Amino acid sequence: MAEVVLDGVSKRFGHTQAVAELRLRVADGEFLVLLGPTGAGKTTTLRLVAGLEAPDAGRVRMGDRDITAEPPSARDVAFVFQQYSLYPHLSVFDNLSLQLRSPARRLPEDQVRTRVVEIARLLHLEEKLDNRATELSGGQMQRVAIGRALVRRPSIYLMDEPLSSLDAKLRAEMRVELKRIQRELGATILYVTHDQTEAMTMASRIGVLEQGHLVQLGSPREIYEDPVNIHVATRLGSPSVNLVPRGLFPSLQAPETTVTIGVRTEHVRIRKSTTWDRAVGTKEETEGPNGSAVGRIRWVEHLGSQSHLHVTIANTEVVTLADPHSALAVGDEVEIEMLAPLFFDARGDRVGRS
Amino acid sequence: MAEIRVENLHKAFAQFVAVRDSSFTVRDGDFFCLLGPSGCGKTTTLRMIAGLELPTSGRILLGGEDVTFKQASQRDIAFVFQLFALYPHMNVRANISYPLRCQGTPRDEVARRVEETAKILRITHLLDRSVSGLSSGDRQRVALGRAIVREPLAFMLDEPLGALDAEFRELMCGELRALHDRLKATTVYVTHDQLEAMSMADTIALMNNGVVEQLGPPQEIYDRPASMFAADFIGSPPMNLIPFRGRVAPGDKSVRLGEAAVAVPEAREGTEETELALGARPEHVRLTLDSPLRASVLDTEYLGTTQIVTLTTAQGTTLKARVASGIAARPGDQIGLAFRTEKLSLFHKASGRALRSALHEEAARG
Repeated sequence: MAEVVLDGVSKRFGHTQAVAELRLRVADGEFLVLLGPTGAGKTTTLRLVAGLEAPDAGRVRMGDRDITAEPPSARDVAFVFQQYSLYPHLSVFDNLSLQLRSPARRLPEDQVRTRVVEIARLLHLEEKLDNRATELSGGQMQRVAIGRALVRRPSIYLMDEPLSSLDAKLRAEMRVELKRIQRELGATILYVTHDQTEAMTMASRIGVLEQGHLVQLGSPREIYEDPVNIHVATRLGSPSVNLVPRGLFPSLQAPETTVTIGVRTEHVRIRKSTTWDRAVGTKEETEGPNGSAVGRIRWVEHLGSQSHLHVTIANTEVVTLADPHSALAVGDEVEIEMLAPLFFDARGDRVGRS
Repeated sequence: MAEIRVENLHKAFAQFVAVRDSSFTVRDGDFFCLLGPSGCGKTTTLRMIAGLELPTSGRILLGGEDVTFKQASQRDIAFVFQLFALYPHMNVRANISYPLRCQGTPRDEVARRVEETAKILRITHLLDRSVSGLSSGDRQRVALGRAIVREPLAFMLDEPLGALDAEFRELMCGELRALHDRLKATTVYVTHDQLEAMSMADTIALMNNGVVEQLGPPQEIYDRPASMFAADFIGSPPMNLIPFRGRVAPGDKSVRLGEAAVAVPEAREGTEETELALGARPEHVRLTLDSPLRASVLDTEYLGTTQIVTLTTAQGTTLKARVASGIAARPGDQIGLAFRTEKLSLFHKASGRALRSALHEEAARG
């Protein structure tokens, strides 16, 4: 294992700047997740590290070696793709051992066996070693695909949305598995995904990418609690952070340049309105006591462990969490108070960030 | 709009029984979800209601009228499929108006209803666009438009969001529910995604192996699963099921898990000594220092407000707890477990059935 450094790497395809002056250091033994929507430059970044693309500018280093000009085969990386292409006519054992037996490595057969069995145990595939690849479930196939990368012990594993073709239940299991394996092997992983849950639950650090730029880099908690802009704030958190115009909460203390207020669903305090005699939900009349705003519950979404209350304030909808057995119901008039508001200016950047 | 009643519906394909003696009522204006894993019979049930499949036995009543042997075209039901087949050579307006034009509806009425439908779906600006250039979400809206424009007695939706990506699916869930609130149309919705069903449905019929395992409002099924299948299928992560051997007598207020006594809702029925399972939702598991029920932390998953802690008990059962993300737990930590007593379920392992307890009386009180 070794650290991998991207030093001001850029890559352009025609008119599209896929990756722009990316500076990133993946520390030895770190699970770094690049999070971003389609087209953010996640996959291009992986391909630049793998050597499947050549950068227009910048250097790629592995340990103290500059590998920018090295071909993929010389780079000592292992790539796991979204589509696990296993050899259907081969057994699990053969699928796992194929790369170790390649002429370039020519590992002695007993070492091949030792390594394959060890990785199979790690992936809970020991009993499946003699099965054909086609006789496996989707989750098992994906584990074989990951295993094929693991047997090689490269300096870094590059993973491109490896769980996204699995169903929800399996994906949840594999998240835990993958993190366990990473920990046990002390592996260095650069992992890209558009799935915030994967990023939040597995990453040592998350890098949020937006149109080729690295917008924020930090631990999941740092990024969740202290986003640098609206884009990052909306990337993490489910349900998504509430964004309301500043004018909706006129008496709330906020920095002067604030245009938008963001508040996480768990930081919205809600109670039945005490201002019964007023016309509410209109554009003019949203102000409630103590910096709160008055609105009406449009919909209660039951999710089992908790409920989401969708509250309409003027033309804006705010989502809050409630106990599933809360007495609040559709049509109720409520006061909304923000406990830990995030303030954003006209460009969407955080203001008043401590 | 109308009520749909399904009585002893049965469907066999040769040796294979797809739907086994199912009975339920979809109330007028209800958003009703048929939920279950692949092969549970949910789509077959939907297709029988729509008239695309004939039942082997049983009856289907639509607005009081027996439609069991009526053709699909005579049932006044609109069907939306997962793979929304739009006519690629027609624009959005022509696609939406197609069912009306087929019925020979007067032109000015067609125009009016298409405009109205487009307004409901907020796609007025797309009416003259070709469907081939649309995003998948807009295509799905057009497919819905083609169903809405007919003003049918009921809507049948077969995994209409299955082909969309996750982020978009969440958005469309909210949109579909808001649409339902505006139209108040009786809707039967098929999905295998429990979160979709939980967030949208008024009533869920949870199916398994051709049988309706449990029928009720989402929160009711979540809080009081009637079987281990329901406990496991609903909720993410699902309910923890902790196996143990024991006996239960009516009036019991605790069970023994190994050395530890765990308080449970007062039992209303008993069993001989047998294999049982204690059911606890992840948010009803607490981490404490001094409980005799010991476990070690395998992993933690940070989710923002909360975290999921994966634990393994001394008996080797893996559990998940949902706790505040401020609580420090690290892999390898040895801790104690406690539960929120009034929320616990007990299951008879062989039959999978929940044992009746005070938990179920809370239901009767509402």
